[in-house]
Amino acid sequence: MIEQYIPLILAILIALLFSLFLLKASSWFGPQRPNPEKLSTYESGMEPVRTARERFSVKFYIVAIMFIIFDIEVVFLYPWAVNLKNLIDLMGFFIIAEMFIFIIILLAGYLYLLKKGALKWD
Amino acid sequence: MIPDYLAEFFGNKFIGYLIAAALPLFLWILPYALYAVYAERKVSAFMQDRIGPNRVGPKGLFQTIADILKLIQKEDIVPASADKPLFVMAPYVIFAGTFAAFAALPFSSIYIGSNINLGVFYIMAVSSFSVVGILMAGWAGNNKYSLYGAMRSVAQIVSYEVPALLAIVSAVMVIGSLNLNEISEMQTAYFWNWWIFGGPVVGIKKFLLIIPMTIAFIIFFIASLAEVNRTPFDIPEAESELVAGFHTEYTGMKFAMFFLAEYGNMFVVSAISVSIFFGGWQSPFGYLGNSLGISWLIPVEQVFWFLFKGSLLVLVQMWLRWTLPRLRVDQLMTVCWKYLTPYAFINLVLIGIITLF
Amino acid sequence: MTTYDLIFYLFALIILVSAFIVVAARNIIYSAFSLLFTFFGVAGIYVLLNADFIAVVQVIIYVGGILVLIIFGVMLTNKITEVEIKTESFQVLPSIIISGIIGGTLVAIFTKTNWKVAEPQILDKTVTEIGRFLVSHYMILFELAGIILLVALIGSVMIARKEKLETEEVEK
Repeated sequence: MIEQYIPLILAILIALLFSLFLLKASSWFGPQRPNPEKLSTYESGMEPVRTARERFSVKFYIVAIMFIIFDIEVVFLYPWAVNLKNLIDLMGFFIIAEMFIFIIILLAGYLYLLKKGALKWD
Repeated sequence: MIPDYLAEFFGNKFIGYLIAAALPLFLWILPYALYAVYAERKVSAFMQDRIGPNRVGPKGLFQTIADILKLIQKEDIVPASADKPLFVMAPYVIFAGTFAAFAALPFSSIYIGSNINLGVFYIMAVSSFSVVGILMAGWAGNNKYSLYGAMRSVAQIVSYEVPALLAIVSAVMVIGSLNLNEISEMQTAYFWNWWIFGGPVVGIKKFLLIIPMTIAFIIFFIASLAEVNRTPFDIPEAESELVAGFHTEYTGMKFAMFFLAEYGNMFVVSAISVSIFFGGWQSPFGYLGNSLGISWLIPVEQVFWFLFKGSLLVLVQMWLRWTLPRLRVDQLMTVCWKYLTPYAFINLVLIGIITLF
Repeated sequence: MTTYDLIFYLFALIILVSAFIVVAARNIIYSAFSLLFTFFGVAGIYVLLNADFIAVVQVIIYVGGILVLIIFGVMLTNKITEVEIKTESFQVLPSIIISGIIGGTLVAIFTKTNWKVAEPQILDKTVTEIGRFLVSHYMILFELAGIILLVALIGSVMIARKEKLETEEVEK
């Protein structure tokens, strides 16, 4: 089974080598004539004002938190879903009910989110 | 399988696998990306009643090759205020993330870079490398447009990953496998056996499944549009307000690599749709090789059908880009969290009930 | 040394180097980004242990979710580039003593224990086995995980709501 993963590592290796080749190629063919104007930050022709690295809104952070929670839930669904046909033969309706309980627990959380307006982006 | 054949041919597993893993890059991604850019420009021209590129070669066919030759001669600028190590690293991370996904795509019954059991799941996972790459590029540029573009882009990609994963899991419930090659194999020739039409098993379940599977496909398609930052979800690179989004500061070949990765990603998400819902490499009308009795023709046909169906979906993405207006950020989040995610959950429950029959 | 040993040492090297950068980097954003390589290396080690599903979950949740969260968190803090965030060491002596004791204990345990060596049970499809156990043997734990996720969700809502109240006050 591990053997099947070797091509994936090789693919990443090839991607890195190919990118290295392309970027090297551009440094062979491209000129290198930097000047302060050219190296300044692009701001549609204006003088750059301050740095871009300011504080960001917490909204992005909340989106990331919600993503992690729902992501973990969906990841839990995968092993169950792949096996569903065999499991139904094995345990019948019980298996679906079990998963529905899991989904309903999270759906309750989702409805709470909706009610509290956490999903609003304004 | 071609990787094993190559390994035998060279007498060394490593070299065989290395060449097999490199095949999609040189035989498909590069020519495809060149002509996808050309197609995008021609499609947009057609839709806006223009001519589009028509100077280099007949009907402008060599325009993108000329573009790439031009880009390779451009100066590689690293802005003075940029964070140099991250600035240089970002294109590598993004391109590696895109190309790693190609290694698990089943191009035909005899060629798949790596026939892993977790196929789809793996592809959805490696796309998160691109997410980090985008953040890296946006941060490193020290440009306001880049950083805003990167933040919006990442918030959007992670949000839409939830409905995309849900749509896939609801299809997987019926299919019972994550291996893309196996999934394609199940949908034996003739298009009514595709999973979007309920799968190969005839019965009442098949007819009940048609509507939920179509909904699952539509949810996945919308979410995948958002994941590759295409219109109507292209607010991260909205030209009119953010110049070019997270790669504003990149020039020359580095810029070209972001472009390559973007078009590569468009094909990857289309290929997932094709493999799961539209029969993968299976031909919709049976094989010519079968009726003529030429067995080597079948794999060639399979490659053709896979690439053809994938490219068709890419073309649909382009068509949408030049038809629909852009969504606002709040609309974007509303669509994802208030519509797509609950619909995907309802669809999941629906398919779960149908599988009981 | 087989090929797999070689791959193992490659991944181990990736983990060690990137983890060292996480700890030692002066700029906090470098620490955050080098976590990407640590997580990648850990996923590789999982694959070598025949736990491919865990490996992919590692990438999907840690790289796609937690790392993004950490980077967003770094960007939330004010002016990362201008303020030198101190990653210098202080309290060197006590920390050396404590970590020495802990490390020594771990090494002692590692060498003294009679490790039970068994042939690894290699499964062809790990994901189906995980699915079977998750809904039969570990059913209660599985539902409990759902409740923990619910609690986390409510917690994140509380953060979101607090932010909203603050902005309303500012508007007034």
